[in-house]
Formats: sequence, C-alpha cells, structure tokens
Amino acid sequence: MKVELRDPNTIMKLSRLGSFHQSKLSFLRSFLSEFKDWDYKRDLFNLDQNGYGEAVYSFKKKDRVYSLICFANEIKDEERSDRVIATKWDAAFTLHDGVPSKDDIERLKNEVPKQEVGRLSFKELTLSRANKSVRVFNHVVECLSEGKQPDLNLLSKVGYLYRTTAVYGSGKFGLADRFRIKNREEINGPFRLEMMLVYLVRQFTFDQVNHVAHYKNPKKAVKLDKQICKNLGIGNSTGLGMAPFIVNHPTLLNNWILSRETALKKIREIKIVENEDSELFKDCVKKSLKNITSWNTDSEYQQNKIKLLLKDVENFIDYIENNFNFKTEYPFNTIYMWLERNVCEECIEYIVSIMMEPYNNITEPLVSNMSSDEDKYFNIPTNRTVQELIVIIEARYSNILKINFDQKENNQNFWFISKNKEEPRLADRFEEHGSELEQPLAIARDIKKLYEKLLLEKNNSTIAKFLSLNSELRHVVRRAFIIEKFPYSEIQDNTISKSIVPIDMLRLKLSFFGALKFDPRSDKWLRICMFQGAPLPNELRNYDEQWVYKTSN
Amino acid sequence: MKSLSEIETAVKRASRAVGFSWGNSEEVGKSIRLLELFGLQGIKNLNQYYADKQKKQFEDLNLISEKNEPSSEAYCPIILGISFLDQIKSLENFEIIRFEKIAYPVIFLSFLSRASEISGKKIYAKFDKNEILLNLNLNICSSFFNQEFPKLVDKVEIKFLTNQDNFTEIEWNSLYKLAENTFVEESDSLKQGAAGAGLTDND
Repeated sequence: MKVELRDPNTIMKLSRLGSFHQSKLSFLRSFLSEFKDWDYKRDLFNLDQNGYGEAVYSFKKKDRVYSLICFANEIKDEERSDRVIATKWDAAFTLHDGVPSKDDIERLKNEVPKQEVGRLSFKELTLSRANKSVRVFNHVVECLSEGKQPDLNLLSKVGYLYRTTAVYGSGKFGLADRFRIKNREEINGPFRLEMMLVYLVRQFTFDQVNHVAHYKNPKKAVKLDKQICKNLGIGNSTGLGMAPFIVNHPTLLNNWILSRETALKKIREIKIVENEDSELFKDCVKKSLKNITSWNTDSEYQQNKIKLLLKDVENFIDYIENNFNFKTEYPFNTIYMWLERNVCEECIEYIVSIMMEPYNNITEPLVSNMSSDEDKYFNIPTNRTVQELIVIIEARYSNILKINFDQKENNQNFWFISKNKEEPRLADRFEEHGSELEQPLAIARDIKKLYEKLLLEKNNSTIAKFLSLNSELRHVVRRAFIIEKFPYSEIQDNTISKSIVPIDMLRLKLSFFGALKFDPRSDKWLRICMFQGAPLPNELRNYDEQWVYKTSN
Repeated sequence: MKSLSEIETAVKRASRAVGFSWGNSEEVGKSIRLLELFGLQGIKNLNQYYADKQKKQFEDLNLISEKNEPSSEAYCPIILGISFLDQIKSLENFEIIRFEKIAYPVIFLSFLSRASEISGKKIYAKFDKNEILLNLNLNICSSFFNQEFPKLVDKVEIKFLTNQDNFTEIEWNSLYKLAENTFVEESDSLKQGAAGAGLTDND
C-alpha cells in the first residue's frame, strides 16, 4: 500500500504546526544518540563557596574536543530577568572548539557574561546564559545542606534548576560561522552544538547546587539524588526572536517537516507490525500520560489544549486496548485514519510522534537529512516564464490566495526589529508607529501581491524582465521557486493577521528541538523544559532511548 | 573579527535602509559576504558607495546590451550586478560586453563571480587596465590583492570564456603515460575471468 505524504496545506497551517510535539527526530534526542560514545569529562570546577566562578566540561572523541566554559556570577534579585533586555544573568556559557587555554578562559571571562555586547571569536561555537529558578535552587540547597533530598512536588512543578534565556550560534556576536564546521560528521544535524551546550549546562546546574549545599553545611550535606537529577531538565524562556527563523530558513524548515512526514508515511505503510513494536508503542503512549498530567501552566489557552489532549489520549488508549487489533494489516495507517476522525490536532501530532518510537530504522536515516545549505537555492531561475511562476503559486499557495488583505484584520500586524535589542517584534500597524520599517515576513500578503502582478504580465515574459520592473517582489519570487522544490518550506498561513498566535511559530521550532511542557506566558513568549528525564552524561553509553516517556515528574 | 553571518545580515539591513528592496538587499548581503570571504574590501567599498549615493545620482541599468554607456555620472554597481545575474542567459550570447563608468566596481565584481557559477563558465573581466579572472565563484584571480580598488572604473570589458583545457595535447599525453604505469597488463586468463562478464553476451 502506498500512503501519500500529508498535504502541506493542512500540515503547514499555524494551528497544526503549533500542535507539534518532540519525537525521535528531535534534535536533543539525535544529539544524545550521536554523542553517546564520546568521552565526557569535567575539566575544571573552580567555584567559591557561594557557587560563583568558572567551570569547564568537555566531550572528546579522538582528536576532537568540545568544551563548555561556564561563568557563574552573583547578581541581585532585581537584576534577574528572562527578557532579552536583561544585562546580567546568574550564569553565562560558551561552547569552545577544542581545549581552552588559560588565555582563552581569561578572554572569555570578560566577554561571555556580557552576552550580546561581548565579542566572541571563531574558536567559540555557541553562546548562552541562564537564570536560576530561585525558589527551586534555594530549596534544593537548603534541603541538601540539611542532609535531605528536596520536595519532589515542588521540583515537578518547575522541572529545572536553571532556565536559559537565549542560545546563540552560527556567527552571532563573532561566533564561528557554520560553514567553518559544517563538514564535521558529528554535527550533521541541526542545532547539535546548541543542544550540547544546553545538555552540559544541565550537568553544571547539578554540580553547582551540590557544591553550594556542601559549603553551606560541609558536615551534614548530601548530594542530589541521581534519579532526581535525571528528572530535572533545563528550562528555557523563548520569545519572538525565534519566530522569524523559520520564515528565513525555508529549505531547512522543509527538511524538518519532510523528515517527520516521511517517517509517518513509512510507518503507515508497514503491513505487519511486530508484537514488540506494537507493545513499545502502546507502552510509550500510556507512560506519556505522566508528561501530560505533570504539564503545569497558568495559561488558560494551554490549559484548555492540555485538557483536550488528555481526554483524547485517554480515548485513544481505550481504542487501542479495546477496539483495535495490531494483527490486522497496516495497523498504523488504520490508527492514523482513526486519529484524523476522532481527536484534536494536538493529539494527532502527539500520537504521530510516539509512532516513531519503535522505528530507529526509519528515523535514523532521516536525521541526517534535516540540515540544509540554504545558499544552494538562493539564485532565482530568471530564464523561466511568468506563466510557470503563476502555475507554481496556484499549486503551492492556494489557501494563501484566498485571503483578502484589503480587510483590516488580515493586515493588522507588522514584524519589525527593535532598535534597543535588535530583536524581532510584532505590533499592530494601525496603532503603533514603525510599519514603514516592516521586515519581509508577511509572506502570504506579498505572495498574493506577486500573483496579482503576474496576472497582468504576458505569460511568456521572463522572470528576468518581470524583476527588472518589480524589484520590490524579488524576495517572494525567490521563495516561490524554492517552494516548487520544497513543498513544506512555507507556513501556509497569514503571519500578520489579527488572530495570529505567534507562539505557534515558536512551538513548531521548539518541538523539533525536543522541548517538553510548553508553558505560554502570553501569546508572544513561553517557557519550556529540555532534557527532562534524559540520561546523565556518565550514563550516555547505555541509556533507555524512550527516556522521554519515563520521567517521574 | 566579524563573522560572515554578521556581515551578511548587517549589509542586508543597511541596503534596505538606503532604499533597495528586501529582495535586492538579500542579493547585496550575499555578494558582500562573498567579497569579504575572498579577502576583498566589500564592507569598505559598500560603505563609501552608500555615502556617495546620497550626494550623487548613479544610474540603474535594468536591461544590459552589448555596449552600455550611462547618461549620468556612472552605473550603480548593485542594480547592474543584479541585472547581470538575472540576464545571464542572454548575456552569454555576446562575445564581449562593454560598460563605461561603473561606480565602486568591486561591488559589481562580486555579482560577476556569482554569475560565473550560475553560467558554469569562467568570466574574464578587464577594469581599465586591470585583468580579473572569475573562476566559477570558487576564487577571483586579480592583480588587486592588497590594493585599493578604484572608486570608479571608466571602461569595463566582460567575456565569458569557453570551457577549454589549459594545457596542450602533448602535455596531457605525457602525464597520461605516467598514469598508465599504475595499470596491469592483462594475460589471456585475466581477460577471460577478471572482468566479471563474459567476452560475448549473446544469451
């Protein structure tokens, strides 16, 4: 049986993209898989009794070494902010390419804590900072110093000791450009070095909390239980900065979604499912309920989504336990069709993710297809004709063409870069100033403009001629030729409408990172947790691949 | 040191700020990144050009022909470069393309380099008396290394070079003869069995 890939017009809608969940294809899981046989080491741990100072952690294999350099600093409570406008953080980090010399550490000590206003070099690969969850960190220190383990209830409500507020890579602030390192096999997957940084930061937070507790009460203090450590991740606060990324990297976006869609298609095409595979799938679905019931958020929007998800997953479990037989042919296709008919988008995508769990043979080859060299597809084929471009647009943007941008609500917002922090922002064009400096992120509107202009041209006229008179549409001409080859490269929605929920764009990206427990703090920023339940660095050589579904928090 | 990613982003935004469309600004970002990667003074020249652009009127050439003369001070190297990229298929048919007066020609050079890659042919350019060879966007050979590029070039000639060997047949044969020393002379039994298939395949 041949199953078609799902229609981009359905999958690339924001509400669907905003319902995606982590899977085996997620970058933090493929990072762990790639680095499981690397040597992990804590090379330096030079903190004072309050936990301030420097530490270095590394992964090494043969001649290659990646070193996380940590700088923990004292800050006042009133200086601690997750927003990008902050200028001080509890800790700042960089991933260094190789073994840092003393000079490197001294140089970085002056730059890394400054973050965006510091300067890094081509020897550094990623940059980040993090703030403590003060109530959790202090509670853990108190308990450990008194010889007790912390209150698991409190820990499960938060899920981490620290949360990062930005992770930068690929040439930002002087960091190495990706092209310098892109041929390294171990990083042939998106955001692998960013994942490494976050993973090693997680270990630093455990070491730091143990260290501070020890110095608080050297005679009585105990270390944080390893199982508790495993059930803690790293938090992350993410705002709009992440949203334009997926618009600005169309072929990369395509490769992420196409990999997911290809995995689903191949799983639906499996005629006979082995018993152990169906059991693993069912086990993951059932155990994953804990992830839903421990998913805390104050956001009413997310609470409603979680309630619906929980109800639908329970309904699904009832279906596969009582009304479904895995011995039938093409069972996952039957399951998928049932999901389409009976559950919400969030639940469909949740179960689609879990379907991948038994199938390393399907997902592993796809992981290496999830990077992209965007430059290869940058040039516009200007010898092609107006007629050809019209055909592409009608085929690939059919829903977009139905939007009426003369209606105020479809043209309500504009994306801009803030002068203060050079970060992307979204505002109401009818209430705020600055729309004349709009960023080219209103793709739907501009595609429609392009289409309307093309209809006025001669069909056999070349794109070169069209562009010579319509340079203001060049950015979308480029995109239309990209989507011809990459069907999942474009969000099939209006990113400037009144009803846009920007966190859908963030969630899409974060789900591919492997984030759990999306906690929207507004429609424009959210908190998440990464690596919760993941093996600790010294357990990497032999770990349970389904750890995501087996956390006790 | 600035990363190429920072250079590309800043150039794109600056180009938009001086009035180019977003799509054209993306092209400028890629081109200046390329110049800096090749060790040519992209940022410096672009900066000076954008400063000059406020005071002087440069001409946009949207349709390139065999001979091109500006009616004003000089051609804008950006619009000229983008037009060259866009019209590459028709330009390849000309034997020599001539321009008079191009402002900040190093900026135009970056587009020529990209054009060389798109066309799959080397491009020879002569900027007044200086000769430049653009090798499929892999490198730029010129006598400008460590020298300032002029702010204006009066006469420019562009030629697409036919793909042909850079050596004589005698030189090739001499080298090939050496390579043959790695081959094994086949005996009758090797001819029968070493190739895998039979000598006849009439089955």
